Amino acid sequence: MTDAMWAGTVAVTGHEGADLEAYAARPLDSGPHGGVVVIHHMPGYDEATKEIVRKFAAHGYAAICPNLYSREGAGVSPDDQAAAARAKGGVPDEQLVGDVAGAAAYLRGLEHANGRIGVIGYCSGGRQTFLAACSLQLDAAVDCYGAFVVTPPPAEFPLKAGPLISRASDLSCPLLGLFGADDKFPSPEEVAELDAELTKLGKEHEFHVFPDAGHAFFSVDRPNYRPAAAVEGWKKVFGFFGRHLAA
Amino acid sequence: MCTYLTEKIRIDGAAKGASGWFTVTDGMVYIDHPYHACQEHTVNIDLTNPAEGPSARVAIELTEEAALALVDAIHRALAAAPPGLASAAGGSAPA
Repeated sequence: MTDAMWAGTVAVTGHEGADLEAYAARPLDSGPHGGVVVIHHMPGYDEATKEIVRKFAAHGYAAICPNLYSREGAGVSPDDQAAAARAKGGVPDEQLVGDVAGAAAYLRGLEHANGRIGVIGYCSGGRQTFLAACSLQLDAAVDCYGAFVVTPPPAEFPLKAGPLISRASDLSCPLLGLFGADDKFPSPEEVAELDAELTKLGKEHEFHVFPDAGHAFFSVDRPNYRPAAAVEGWKKVFGFFGRHLAA
Repeated sequence: MCTYLTEKIRIDGAAKGASGWFTVTDGMVYIDHPYHACQEHTVNIDLTNPAEGPSARVAIELTEEAALALVDAIHRALAAAPPGLASAAGGSAPA
């Protein structure tokens, strides 16, 4: 057993054969390792998200975060890519699904992979995690405060992000949901509605709404960071992936 | 929250970005998470030239108060100058 890891930029094939930049990290021991696809938040493929990828590797997973804004050009800084993608209305749902599928295929192809794949996403990536889990065959999914899963965005929002609750019957794997009680997007009412729908459908899920926490409470580099919720939230994440992604 | 709301405008002018001066053609204003500012939300202003690629961008992230102060300052500066001096039609006021 060693805690050494490899981490760096790799290339993966995304939706419709697109070349995507991605950041991957994996333990150097002989495994076997479960795989985790990390979906970055709307501000993009940033340093804090890469740190999350390394955190999974430190806990024994092979992890990868595809840069969902790779199509905005190679060699363009991630913040400029994010602004350009935003100006186009964000990432289309079918493209997201294809990109996550490509990242999952990369993980499945690694030596020492155990073949099990989890997905985790934050903010807009939380909604996209739910979308991926309703579109692809996965083993576990973690939605961190994804909005617009139940309720549509206000009419003036130009983003191509409609509600997904009608897709809930297609959920392919257990879902862990981590939310803040003070969040408005998604509100606790929206979280409760999704919880009830999944219960009605008999879909395995586990939701936690943390007190004194709002949106983005995991973001260590933002003022909304809430250590108590984040520390407890990470415990839930590793417990959940430990149960569902073990060989 | 991510508002996703974006006000887009066509603009005419120039800006200095990471790779030097360029002609700006588009502007965007949105209230959302900043990339760099240490606030949960800011007024984000992008001045861009999409034809020159995503790197042709000047990005500003301001607090609400700062953004409103900037708007006021622009109005005051324009009010103090002869009308039309900086117009795209060409300033005709005497120097």
